[in-house]
Amino acid sequence: MTAARPGGTRPPGLRLIRTNAELLVTPLIVVAGVVLLRANYNSADRSFADERALAWERNLRPQLEQHISLTLWSTILTVAIAVPLGILLTRASYRRLAGPVLAVATSGQAIPAFGLLVLAFAWLGSGPWTAIWALTFFTVLPVLRNTMVGLDQVSQPIIEAGRGMGLTRTQVLRQIELPLAVPIILAGVRTALVINVGMAALAYLIGGGGLGATISAGIQLSRDLVVITGAVMTALVALSIDWIAALIEKALRPRGL
Amino acid sequence: MSVLPAVPAPKIRLEGVGKIYPGSDTPAVEALDLDVPEGEILVLVGPSGCGKSTTLRLVNRMIEPTSGRILFDGEDVTSVNPDALRRRMGYVIQQIGLFPHQTIAQNVATVPRLLGWDKKRITERVDHLLDLTGLDPSIYRDRYPKELSGGQAQRVGVARALGADPEVLLMDEPFGAIDPITRDRLQNEFLRLQGEIEKTIVFVTHDIDEAIKMGDRIAILGERSVIRQFDTPERILAYPVDDFVSDFIGSGSTLKGLNFERVRDIEWNNDFPLAEVGSDPAEARRRLEASPETWLLVLDAEQRPLRWVNDRHLATAGVDLATAGPEVIAKVLPNATLHDCLEELLLSNAGQAVVVDERGRYQGIIDVDRLADVLKRMRSEAKKHYDALAEDPEAAS
Ligand SMILES: Nc1ncnc2c1ncn2[C@@H]1O[C@H](COP(=O)(O)OP(=O)(O)O)[C@@H](O)[C@H]1O
Ligand SMILES: [Mg+2]
Repeated sequence: MTAARPGGTRPPGLRLIRTNAELLVTPLIVVAGVVLLRANYNSADRSFADERALAWERNLRPQLEQHISLTLWSTILTVAIAVPLGILLTRASYRRLAGPVLAVATSGQAIPAFGLLVLAFAWLGSGPWTAIWALTFFTVLPVLRNTMVGLDQVSQPIIEAGRGMGLTRTQVLRQIELPLAVPIILAGVRTALVINVGMAALAYLIGGGGLGATISAGIQLSRDLVVITGAVMTALVALSIDWIAALIEKALRPRGL
Repeated sequence: MSVLPAVPAPKIRLEGVGKIYPGSDTPAVEALDLDVPEGEILVLVGPSGCGKSTTLRLVNRMIEPTSGRILFDGEDVTSVNPDALRRRMGYVIQQIGLFPHQTIAQNVATVPRLLGWDKKRITERVDHLLDLTGLDPSIYRDRYPKELSGGQAQRVGVARALGADPEVLLMDEPFGAIDPITRDRLQNEFLRLQGEIEKTIVFVTHDIDEAIKMGDRIAILGERSVIRQFDTPERILAYPVDDFVSDFIGSGSTLKGLNFERVRDIEWNNDFPLAEVGSDPAEARRRLEASPETWLLVLDAEQRPLRWVNDRHLATAGVDLATAGPEVIAKVLPNATLHDCLEELLLSNAGQAVVVDERGRYQGIIDVDRLADVLKRMRSEAKKHYDALAEDPEAAS
């Protein structure tokens, strides 16, 4: 097609290269991180305690899996709670509840992470699900707020045009409002993921597992190698998850925006 | 135009429709009776905030009336499913409201998709509508709204509203946010389009000139959407019923009435003194003296008007009719409006406009007096109509 495109959109080829360049950075860092960790481990002067603490099959792998599953489950729960709630609170008939609910959610977030874990422990006992619920509670707010902002920023004439042509309220919500809110909702979900990866490092305190266990063991043993390995792995998991979230965000972002 | 077309049967009828917004004690629309004639453009025009948009949105029940009822094809639709009702009425708003995440084709396909049309039929319909609204489907079909100019976007807005060939089109200041030149073009194209599709249209605007241009009939609304005058633009211009209306339509409205008649509709002056190039100037002078006019028109061998000459030119010894006197500039075709004719005439040296046919041949003359007569006649006809209305409201049409 030779016709000039109004609006000055860049040629698609160039844009692909740019966005991909952005997305290439994180995998490079993660790969480099893994390589450096291994090199550091191999060259270190390791004690028996180090080797025990950093045993892959026995400790690191299960902790890594726990860490990821804590993060994912809590994020799934967060989305399952916050998105429908956000939709509800932006409907005309429930809008007056938006203020109070946001106030409660905001003050909930003011509880320190550690305090929240302890409260959850006192209420639900120990175990991964206690940790998952605690993380969920912590990240409902950003997703809820982004869902509401995302839905509210859909311009009124767009909704009016949809209604005016005979789309039902549900059709307007599903075909227009939600797709247009997707980028902002996903930004909230990404924030939740990042918070959850970090918080999952504390889950071991209440028997939830995760890479926090290795870090804590390293501190107790005063072994730098163990502490560094645990901490760097946590960071690499965080980076990877954020990268995957970014990919999903790009893929789900409606074209034309 | 001595006889105006009778008002067609109403496609939509509002009966005592009122709307009081919650939390307000004065109605935005008060006990409105309104007939929307089938196949015509009815313009609702009035000052900002008088309730035009509210009235329009009552028709497709975007707003539920607090009183009265709405008939669509004679059927009371005050309590049918509003979503189903709206799919039978296209809706166009000033801000357009295209769905930014959908292509132009998807936008236009909105209502057909809702109605469950099959893919092939939808594609054909979309291409047809884009064509109809002056957008090349092969270029625009797969674009996104942000890639369009304001004028193009509103074309898509109109195409989308026509999606499933609705019986009725509701338009709320559709060209209000578009620059004047593009607006003028869109208005003209829309009128041409309406000539083909003959929809029943309710068109809201606050701009009286747009109302006059677009409306087959105009309802001038005052506060609370009360109808101050409901009539054809010609008659409203010729005879505003009260000060509110005449203030609203503004000065110069009488002259605007000249837009509604064409040169071919009125009688031309056919015994204007004429002379052909190369004929005897003395003979021309005799003709001019024998007529009440002060100018004589010189035609070329093909009967095309060439020059104006007066007795001073003709009195000059050895005058050549081919070069004497000012050139004829003001020429109008029979299908020009009288308003165009007036403009031409005011620019003319002789104070006359020459009517010519397609090939430029002389047909007759129109002067200011003739236009003034037309205005007087329009006014007296409109007045007669309203006098008759006052005596016998039933008999009026
Ligand atoms: N949703 C609404 N709620 C309350 N009042 C409204 C609403 N919409 C319009 N109004 C009021 O109703 C009156 C008519 O408004 P509107 O129909 O928009 O006028 P127009 O389209 O002629 O400018 C105005 O006084 C306006 O403030
Ligand atoms: Mg309005």
